[in-house]
Amino acid sequence: MSVLELVDVTAGYGEGADILHNVSLKLDPGEIVSIVGPNGAGKSTAMKAIFGLLVMHGGKITMGSHDITGMPPEEVVGKGVGFVPQTDNVFPNLSVEENLEMGAFTYDGPLEGRLKNVYELFPPLLEKRNQAAGTLSGGQRQMVAMGRALMLEPQVLMLDEPTAGLSPKYAQEIFELVIQVNASGTPVLMVEQNARQALAISHRGYVLVDGQNRHEGSGPELIADREVAEMFLGG
Amino acid sequence: MGDLLLFINFYLIPGIVLGSIYALGAIGVSMVFGILRFAHFAHGDMMTLGAFIAFSAIGWLGVGPILALPFAMIGTIVVTLGIDRVFYKPLREKSTIIVVIASFGVALMLRSLIMVVWGVNTETYSSGISMPLVFLDSFRIAERHIWMMAITIAAMLGIHWTLSKTRIGKAMRAVSDSPELSRLAGISTEKVVQATWIIGAGLAAIGGVFIAWDSQIHANAGWDLILPIFAAAILGGIGKAYGAMAGGMVIGIAEEVSSYPWLGDGPLLSPGYKTGIAFAIMVIMLIWRPSGLFRGRVY
Ligand SMILES: Nc1ncnc2c1ncn2[C@@H]1O[C@H](COP(=O)(O)OP(=O)(O)OP(=O)(O)O)[C@@H](O)[C@H]1O
Ligand SMILES: [Mg+2]
Repeated sequence: MSVLELVDVTAGYGEGADILHNVSLKLDPGEIVSIVGPNGAGKSTAMKAIFGLLVMHGGKITMGSHDITGMPPEEVVGKGVGFVPQTDNVFPNLSVEENLEMGAFTYDGPLEGRLKNVYELFPPLLEKRNQAAGTLSGGQRQMVAMGRALMLEPQVLMLDEPTAGLSPKYAQEIFELVIQVNASGTPVLMVEQNARQALAISHRGYVLVDGQNRHEGSGPELIADREVAEMFLGG
Repeated sequence: MGDLLLFINFYLIPGIVLGSIYALGAIGVSMVFGILRFAHFAHGDMMTLGAFIAFSAIGWLGVGPILALPFAMIGTIVVTLGIDRVFYKPLREKSTIIVVIASFGVALMLRSLIMVVWGVNTETYSSGISMPLVFLDSFRIAERHIWMMAITIAAMLGIHWTLSKTRIGKAMRAVSDSPELSRLAGISTEKVVQATWIIGAGLAAIGGVFIAWDSQIHANAGWDLILPIFAAAILGGIGKAYGAMAGGMVIGIAEEVSSYPWLGDGPLLSPGYKTGIAFAIMVIMLIWRPSGLFRGRVY
C-alpha cells in the first residue's frame, strides 16, 4: 500500500478555477519520488493539496489506508508528514533555534537530541542559532526550513524545491541529505527545478504539465526519455 | 514643594499609571491584530467587565482590589473565550472586515450586559480618600500607584517570559509571523488563538481594575479608552507586544504631561483636550511611519 497517494485529484484555490485536473501520483514505502515540470505546472499546488490547502472538486488523497482528503494541515503534520514549502518557509522574526523548535510543535518530548541532530546536518546553523531567520542568506534559510521539517522526525518528507537558491555545492549536499534521510527508511516526495539531478537520485518521477500528469516512470527512464529531456532537462 | 517634585507627583506618576492602563489594553489589541488579524473593538469593554467583576468581588468578599484581581481576570478570560467561540470562531475564515464589524456588535452587547448586571451608575472601589504615602518630605506617591506600577511591571515581565521562553508563546510569534507556514509546520492555530485571548483578556481585566481603583468605573469607561489604546498599539507597531507596552507608556505620559504649565502659569494644554494627544499621535504615526516604532505590520 502506498504511503501517500493522490487519486484523480481535481482542485483549485478558494473560489478560483481548478489548477489540478485529474492528477494521480503515489509514493510507496522507501521511495524517493520527484515531481518535475515547467513553471506554473501545478507542482507546488499538488503538494499543498496533500496538506488540505486546496478546495477539492474531485478525487481523493490517502495515507496508507486513511483517507486524508481535506484534512487540516496540523493533522496531516500530526500523522508524521514533514513539509518544506517552496516560498516563505521560515519564520523571519523567530531565531533559527525557535524556527527549529516550531517544527516539533506536535512532539511533547525533549528537543535537545533532535536539535543536536539538525545542527550536525547543518553546521552553519549552530553558530547562527540565536539570529533571526529573516537575516540569513537564501541558502541558510533553506537549511532552517529543512531542519524545521526534520525536527518532526517525519514518517514522510515532502520538499518543494529544496535546492532553489543554493550554490551547486550546497545543492549537492541537500541531495545527499535526501538520500541519507531516505536510507533511514523515510520516503521522500520532492519537487525539483534541478530535474536531472533530482531524477538521478529518485526511484520514480512524474512530469506535470498544465495541472495534468504528462509522463511518469523510473528516474533513469525519464532522464532517457527524449521528449522529457527536450522539455525540461535542457536537451 | 520644588517644581520638579510637583511635576513628578502630579504629572509624571499619573502619566505612568495612565500609561500602564493603556499598555495593558494595547498589548492585547496588538496581539489579537497580529495573530487573529483583526482590530478588536470590544477590547475596552472587556476592561470594563474586569473592573465590574472586581467590584462585585470587593463587595461580596470584602477583599481589596489586589485580591479581587484574580477574580476579574478569570471572569473576563472565561467570558472572552466564550465570545470567541460563539462570535469570532465561525467567522475565522471570512474576510477581516466582517470580524471587525462583529467585534463592534460584541462591544455593544458586552456593554449592555454590564449595564443590565451592574447598572448604569458610576461606582468606586473604596469610600473615602486614601492618604498618599510621603517619602523624602514632599515626594508623594499613593500606595495604590506603587501597586499598579509593580503589577504592570510584573505583567510585562510575564509576557516577555511567555513570548520568549514557552512553546505556546513562541508559537504565538510564529503565527503572527506567518499563519500559513504555522499551519504547515503543525502548529495548532486554535491553541494559539486561545492563548492570545487568555493573555489579552487577563491583561485587559487588570487594566480595567486599575481604572476603577484609580478613580471610578462606569459602563462606558472601557469603550472611552479605545482610541488611546489603538493609538498605543499603532505607535508601537501592530503585532508587537513590546511596542504596545512602550506605545501605551508614551501616550499615557504625553497626555498627563501635556497639561503641565510648561509655558507661563496655565496648563500648556487644557486637560479637556487630553484625548486629542492620542489622536494626534495616531494620525502622525499612520502618515509618517505606519509600521510603528517597533516595525509592526502595515495593512
Ligand atoms: N495561492 C494561490 N492562489 C491562487 N492561485 C495560485 C496560488 N498559488 C499558485 N497559483 C496558481 O496555480 C498555478 C500553478 O502554480 P504552482 O505554484 O503550483 O506551480 P509550480 O509548478 O509549483 O511552478 P514553479 O515551478 O514556478 O514553482 C499557477 O497558475 C499559479 O498562478
Ligand atoms: Mg512551485
